[in-house]
Amino acid sequence: MDSIPILKIGSALLVTIQVDMHDQLATRLQDDLTEKIVQHRARGVLIDISALEIVDSFIGRMLANIANVSRLLDADTVVVGMRPEVAITLVELGLGLPGVKTALNAERGLALIGGVSAAGEAADDADDD
Amino acid sequence: MPTTTDTLPITSGDDVVRVRQKVRVRATEIGLSLVDQTKLITAASELARNTLDYGKGGHADIETVLGDRRGVRVIFRDRGPGIPDIPQALTDGFTSGNGLGHGLGGARRLVDDFDIQSIVGAGTTVTIARWKR
Repeated sequence: MDSIPILKIGSALLVTIQVDMHDQLATRLQDDLTEKIVQHRARGVLIDISALEIVDSFIGRMLANIANVSRLLDADTVVVGMRPEVAITLVELGLGLPGVKTALNAERGLALIGGVSAAGEAADDADDD
Repeated sequence: MPTTTDTLPITSGDDVVRVRQKVRVRATEIGLSLVDQTKLITAASELARNTLDYGKGGHADIETVLGDRRGVRVIFRDRGPGIPDIPQALTDGFTSGNGLGHGLGGARRLVDDFDIQSIVGAGTTVTIARWKR
């Protein structure tokens, strides 16, 4: 069965969702991430959904679950790159994703969880607007 | 007048993905705006999953409508247990499965036309459409 790769950057985990996920794949990602948070003692999880054309209630629930579980395991979750039309649709669907931190892009998301700097890899990229 | 209809089975999670992709193709062809496309595809995804989870599988008919109004219509049919209380099922937060219950009520808000017919013991048919404006 296929799975979505989880990368480790400093003390953060990075997940880039690039496929139209079927439900089993989404569930598997949730399980894999939980395992990796503990395994790598991650302090943050960054989920890039910029390639996702839709987020329905199932995917929305998965994102909320990941955020809740990682919080209990002492890691922050930030969802980055949500497309504007996806945000509009989610709100109308009644899913405001409470408890899920968001950022416009991966750079800002990483800053929010301090993932890269914790590993000393930030290399002074201070040109953030 | 509807044009050719794509009929897709809904018997697995992969089928739900295929329904989404086919609805996207139709919505793009007819020229729905990006927001309208996204709403229609999201609604179709919710309803396809309902067909799978609660209707014990079924199929979706996807058609382009040309005429005074141009748009995409999707009809979901299952021969599952049916819905005894439709108004209740359309209420946010209601679920008979393990979902959060945003499916039906949420899907209705995302489309222009929404119709649901259900016979207990015989099955459920949900029709949705989104029109080009």
